[in-house]
Amino acid sequence: MDVNLVPLLPAVQVLVTALVVTLRDLFIKDGESRGVLAFYSLVGLGLAAAEVFFLLGGRQEGAFNDSYMLDRFALFFALIFILAAALTILSAIDYVRQTGMREGEFYALILFATVGMIVMAAANDLMVFFLGLETMSIAVYVLTGMWRSNGRSSEAAMKYFLMGAFATGFLLYGIALIYGATGSTNLAQISAYLLDQPSEWPVYLIGGGFLLLIGFAFKVGAVPFHFWVPDVYEGAPTPVTGFMSVAVKAAAFAAWARILLYKLSPLDNDWVFPLWIIAIATMTLGNLLAITQHSIKRMLAYSSIAHAGYLLIPIVVGVEWGGLPLLFYLLAYSFMTLGAFAVLTSMTEGDESKDGYSDFAGLGFKRPFLALAMALFMLSLAGFPPLAGFTGKFYVFRSAVLSGHLNLAIIGVLNSLLSVIFYLRVIVAMYMEEGGAAGKSFRQAPFVYIAVAIALLGTIYLGILPADALDWSRRAFGSLE
Amino acid sequence: MIALHNYLILSAVIFSIGVIGVLIRRNLIVVLMSIELMLNAVNLTFIAFSRYLGSTDGQVIVFFVMAVAAAEAVIGLAIIISVYRHRQSLDPQEMQLLKW
Amino acid sequence: MNHPFLPLLVMFAVASVIVVALLTVASLFGPKSTNAAKNDPFESGNPPTGDARIRFSVRFYLVAMLFLIFDLEVVFLYPWAIYFRHLGVFGLIQMGIFLVILTVGYVYVWKKGALEWD
Repeated sequence: MDVNLVPLLPAVQVLVTALVVTLRDLFIKDGESRGVLAFYSLVGLGLAAAEVFFLLGGRQEGAFNDSYMLDRFALFFALIFILAAALTILSAIDYVRQTGMREGEFYALILFATVGMIVMAAANDLMVFFLGLETMSIAVYVLTGMWRSNGRSSEAAMKYFLMGAFATGFLLYGIALIYGATGSTNLAQISAYLLDQPSEWPVYLIGGGFLLLIGFAFKVGAVPFHFWVPDVYEGAPTPVTGFMSVAVKAAAFAAWARILLYKLSPLDNDWVFPLWIIAIATMTLGNLLAITQHSIKRMLAYSSIAHAGYLLIPIVVGVEWGGLPLLFYLLAYSFMTLGAFAVLTSMTEGDESKDGYSDFAGLGFKRPFLALAMALFMLSLAGFPPLAGFTGKFYVFRSAVLSGHLNLAIIGVLNSLLSVIFYLRVIVAMYMEEGGAAGKSFRQAPFVYIAVAIALLGTIYLGILPADALDWSRRAFGSLE
Repeated sequence: MIALHNYLILSAVIFSIGVIGVLIRRNLIVVLMSIELMLNAVNLTFIAFSRYLGSTDGQVIVFFVMAVAAAEAVIGLAIIISVYRHRQSLDPQEMQLLKW
Repeated sequence: MNHPFLPLLVMFAVASVIVVALLTVASLFGPKSTNAAKNDPFESGNPPTGDARIRFSVRFYLVAMLFLIFDLEVVFLYPWAIYFRHLGVFGLIQMGIFLVILTVGYVYVWKKGALEWD
């Protein structure tokens, strides 16, 4: 039997790390330091990243009859997931101890979720995609409810679980109908079927496509299906919120790009218009509601809805122009959002999160580095040059203009202007107001420094020298052919 | 013989019952059951297509869906317990700590 | 007359008629006696003690959840067992990996004390 196991390497590396962390945790007595677990997790993620670079150099291959394709596209996303997991673990080390969450399970679940995400990005078969999605989702449901002594955390987990499982039902029904219409769940075969018979599609193929679309819209939090996002993001432990808004969203967009945007692109005509409406509604509503928030955490939740709207622009634009901006924007978004959440994570006193605007007042003088980093992340999210957010938005809007969707570009730019209001409010609070929380834990949390510094470097680097990353995004999307 | 479309209509009806159940029922356990109903309607669709197409893929998929559904049910029940410890209620309308 | 479901329909009709007829005959001609024991859940069993809707230990719940998870592994073991000769050593190794991962979960449950009743 001809089996090629090399493409499984990064996912298996992370999975084995997760199992080792789970087991090692059991043999540490209560009260002893569990720092070694975070160390194991980070080493495992580092090894996985090294393997990704190794595979990038070689020939990219599929495994299991090409139902799993670790091409450049998948490797690109694998790096985003590994980065997000590593930064989340770094910024969570002290947070987890202060809030009394279980450390071993926390790191292991982050790693399990990462395995699911890598599988999702590499899935070339709807069933493999589904299994990756569930591996990720189930781990993240638990992570959301990890802070068991906090009622909000449990409630957020409940809401996330209900909405997630509901969306899973739609996705799965879509997969079933597409399987019935095309006779296969393999994306290559589905794509071949669509090209062979350009018009005589059964009704349920179109229906299946739409159900898939609804499922994805739920997962990325696009507008008619966005209502769970603010509650879940607010209730979840802060590092988990950062992980969700970056890695989970990136995984959903990776699968969306590969499945809907690329392989099922012959079905495009039916959903370009609904997607156009969804994209506009998502960014506008996200930005408008973000203005009215009092908590920075909740504001970031709405801002992540708005960014999902920007990310939908390349998807509306289509395969020809949309690939590069989608991937590059996701990379830029990962750095700045992870950084913002790392800063937010450090704003904890005892087991209480300080995430209101008033808590940030005067931070610029108490914690200069932290406040400076937060200010840069906010400017980047708002899209000021020369930061990553600006470059990302520039290429997104450029793709819209080049493909003849001028209206999308204009609405996008207007939305970015609108978003300046609430991003600048954070900076105003930090530098022009007084009082607020001390950000006490920051002094004892060297790991948060490292996480913030890495995210900051990425944000600035992608803003000033985007050429390499752009080239990389283009080649990653090109590898889907 | 029972034609394919009969199965498809039946599973569509069951799926819709599940969706409506999730949307209108006010007990978390019943909502969870409705979600399971949705997944099982999908299983029926897979089996029907599998038989109609003469490929075993659909039946294999159903195994995976069953395993996933079990994992999801267990996690869901565990989360329900943890919520119940805080709220002493299973009515989703009463979850007001976070603005719904 | 050719429809394949017709015999089924006839069977349902006959069954309903027989059931209704028997119940009617029994209620018309049967001897009647009423007393308190007639209303018990189990007429000839032990007298019931206490309420049926009591709260019981959360441990039952935990055991049920663990059973649900570990029971479902059989879904994968069964088809594998049938095709065992076909899949050969490779299949054996794959199933071994699956079981190792499952065992990690089992060890976790064990060490966390979820299997101890007290």
